[in-house]
Amino acid sequence: MTVTEDRPTPEVGSSRRRKEDHRLITGRTRWTDNLQLPGMLHLAMVRSPLAHAKVVSVDTAAAKESPGVVAVVTGADIADVQGSLPNAWPITPDQKAPPHPSIATETVNFAGEIVACIVARTAREAKDAVELVDVEYDELPVVLDMAAAAVGGDLTHPDLGTNVSAHWVFDSAEAGTGGDVKAAIADSDIVIKRTYRQQRLIPAFMEPRSTVVDPTGEQVTMWSATQVPHILKLMLALTTGLSESKLRVIAPDVGGAFGGKLQVTPEELITLVVAQRVGKPCKYTETRSESLLTGHHGRDQIQRLTLSATADGTVTGLHVDLLADMGAYLGLVTSGVPVLGAFMFNSIYKFPAYRFECTNVFTNKNWTDAYRGAGRPEATYAIERLMDELAVEVGVDPLEIREKNWIKHEEFPFTSVAGLEYDSGNYEAATAKAKEMFGYDALRAEQKERRDRGDRVQLGLGISTFTEMCGLAPSRVLGSLSYGAGGWEHASIRMLPSGKVEVVTGSSGHGQGHETAWSQIVADRLGVPFDDVEVLHGDTQISPRGLDTYGSRSLTVGGMAVVAAADKVIEKAKPIAAHLLEANADDLEFVGGKFNVKGTDSSIGIGDLALAVFAAHNLPDGVEPSIDADATFDPENFSFPHGTHLCAAEVDTETGEVKVRKYTCVDDIGKVVNPLIVEGQVHGGLAQGIAQALWEEAVYDEYGTLVTGSFVDYLVPSAADLWNFEVDRTETPSTTNALGVKGVGEAGTIASTPAVVNAVVDAVRHFGINDIEMPCSPFRVWTAIQKASSGDATPTDKSVVDDNALPSHNQTTDNIDPVQTEGGSPA
Amino acid sequence: MTRVSIKVDGVAYSDDVEPRTLLVHYLREHLGKTGTVVGCDTTNCGACTVHLDGKSAKSCTVLAVQADGADVTTIEGLATNGQLHPMQEAFHENHALQCGFCTPGMIMQSLDVLRDNPSPTEDEVRDGLEGNLCRCTGYQNIVKAVMAASKGGTA
Repeated sequence: MTVTEDRPTPEVGSSRRRKEDHRLITGRTRWTDNLQLPGMLHLAMVRSPLAHAKVVSVDTAAAKESPGVVAVVTGADIADVQGSLPNAWPITPDQKAPPHPSIATETVNFAGEIVACIVARTAREAKDAVELVDVEYDELPVVLDMAAAAVGGDLTHPDLGTNVSAHWVFDSAEAGTGGDVKAAIADSDIVIKRTYRQQRLIPAFMEPRSTVVDPTGEQVTMWSATQVPHILKLMLALTTGLSESKLRVIAPDVGGAFGGKLQVTPEELITLVVAQRVGKPCKYTETRSESLLTGHHGRDQIQRLTLSATADGTVTGLHVDLLADMGAYLGLVTSGVPVLGAFMFNSIYKFPAYRFECTNVFTNKNWTDAYRGAGRPEATYAIERLMDELAVEVGVDPLEIREKNWIKHEEFPFTSVAGLEYDSGNYEAATAKAKEMFGYDALRAEQKERRDRGDRVQLGLGISTFTEMCGLAPSRVLGSLSYGAGGWEHASIRMLPSGKVEVVTGSSGHGQGHETAWSQIVADRLGVPFDDVEVLHGDTQISPRGLDTYGSRSLTVGGMAVVAAADKVIEKAKPIAAHLLEANADDLEFVGGKFNVKGTDSSIGIGDLALAVFAAHNLPDGVEPSIDADATFDPENFSFPHGTHLCAAEVDTETGEVKVRKYTCVDDIGKVVNPLIVEGQVHGGLAQGIAQALWEEAVYDEYGTLVTGSFVDYLVPSAADLWNFEVDRTETPSTTNALGVKGVGEAGTIASTPAVVNAVVDAVRHFGINDIEMPCSPFRVWTAIQKASSGDATPTDKSVVDDNALPSHNQTTDNIDPVQTEGGSPA
Repeated sequence: MTRVSIKVDGVAYSDDVEPRTLLVHYLREHLGKTGTVVGCDTTNCGACTVHLDGKSAKSCTVLAVQADGADVTTIEGLATNGQLHPMQEAFHENHALQCGFCTPGMIMQSLDVLRDNPSPTEDEVRDGLEGNLCRCTGYQNIVKAVMAASKGGTA
């Protein structure tokens, strides 16, 4: 049978090569777009070229005559079923949101919004007919500047009477978790005010989104390139009125997401509705241009920050006033993204007083929503940039100012000023290790030497000592934040008669390696070989309960559900084993996949037991013939990964070119199931965070047209742009789950952006520069140096953010460049 | 419709195609070679990379009619008799893939890099893969895999 007698080492902790690789490296994959079904029709979308307009008329006559076209569907045609796409996170009771039809009916509110859908026999015929739909628009004023929009002027949605969707506040004095921040700031020796810009980003997963719907049979089946099949199923049912039990959603192989496929998209809803209408399977696959234009964007905040400290650099208060650009609509968690950051601005530091407020603003741009880190990269960026500013103010090394203020390892568990209980951590250990690997002192010496001799290429060192909350999330916490669902995860384990084990998980992996990691966990827990474990996921019929994959939750929540299910299997098997071994259950121990009668050589393996249960010939009275088990795990707390990231960047002061010479990070993500997978997650996360610092930005022109609508303009880094990272770990187990694990999916992205920008600013600070807006392109770096050298340093720049126009927190925003790029905005 | 005769992964095919049919669409839709994927519409991402008469080509930028008479190898033609190609092994062994969407193109391009330069430096590998985007791995393990495949002289 399958019981391993003497497995030499535990699976958990070993760098198992991934199970899922074989199909991916041989092209034996099941991407949604691969599907071909009998009679399948193809959809193409007619999209608005305008950012804001009334839809006067949609003439589909010519398109309907186009070869191969079966139907042309407008918003009016599906008005009875399309409803409004869901926002699951109304952050305040009076949050304002416009209706969000999948196909626009009266107005279009961003360039790229769908106004009609072509249904044709081939994808090419559908695309041909797009050009033939004649839409008459009546242009409306375009709202693009979130700061201006926050205080009035033209309205994105005139019916709402305001551009402000919601104003959300956390105040430590009101919450009882700290003091009054205004008093703290007033009483402090040092007050640092900065305004930072989180540019708009695009998740840019490699697999364009695709949806196939088969309406034949009793149950409608949808395949979609989604990271949230369970949420999608529920939301589509609620939105369209289709019975939830009549819809099956399958996420087959999904090619990356990074939050970008955490959505209920117009295209998914349209494909569902249209397939039901025409009675044939339908497929929609977006082009990359459509993906960049209309797949939800990320970040896009203006952060107005005030940090106060005593003269020796002990922090006393932090006030965060955010503007967050929602874009034109509220997607699934759009409005909650800034709130996810609210608890992390204070980070690892012992602020005695804290206030966070955010104003969510509508503009005529594509809507924003979760993108890798979702709220936490923004928070980490702000605080890590500010700590460098504080170090400069106090005149000490930036590592020293951090150490002075961070929570010491002996102080855990520690309740933060934002009210979270950090269960564990050791910032000293991670920092010491990173510092040594990096060669910090030698690099500082080189920096001084270059500065002293006025080298053209200046060296800067950037630091980011971050933490994050992950493992979304304790359901009670989500409830207290008005989120529309819980944060639990589900797992089932099926003990097959052949001794094989099927693990069904509600997590929905799309590149993370769940099949491998879950197999490792179950192999250890049940004492079965790694290869005998099959992990099933991503199909609401196979895995009926689940809350999917995002927020670095899969292992800490989904993995724990798997553990709980495995433990239940053992619990159910025990009385049967006792019966078969003719022993008392209390005398049994389960070790290495076998029930042993303590002190004897009498035993039965779990695989043999599964066969005996299947046969059911000889079971104890009243015991059901099954040792399969289900478990739902709801975490009691988040987990708090942390780490120290160090970046050495060289800046050519004559060209503005930034070259990263060294990037070292030591992350503490607690216990590790598979070091190889963890390292891969960190590498990829770093690449995305670094890309925000140096290259990526979604740019709109003054008409609201996305000018970075292809990979020619939206600069996802290539292998030639990046370098090898030095990655290591310390291990401080989480105490919030039995595995001792934390999350790792977002850590690299969260930590790296400020490390890089801090390095760039550090390299040119002697010019009088204290900020360079992201992405730190050669043009921006060069411009900052030119301005500073001509005595027009950034601290005296007139900001595009009109101070008087700000809704609150009316103070000097003295370091922000005009929001424009070399490629985009008009003069 | 135009008649094309193309050998793909060792099998000769002859089909009528619309003249505007891209090679990648011919592979995916006519032949069911769905291992080769489409990631963009501007020839930037390289996910569709195949070998056309022994050299890498982005199959989204070649018309099927241009490939008439050619010998095409896709990711599906690399393994022989159930035995993975050493480059496939190297990607697996070095964890050079996560979601795997870029992987077919990345592997095909990696082979081309080593065909041009059997013993490249890491920087040369990075330059050689410049036209293939990956969003998951940060490329570090891809570069490692290609270096591993090159050292063994197996590719």
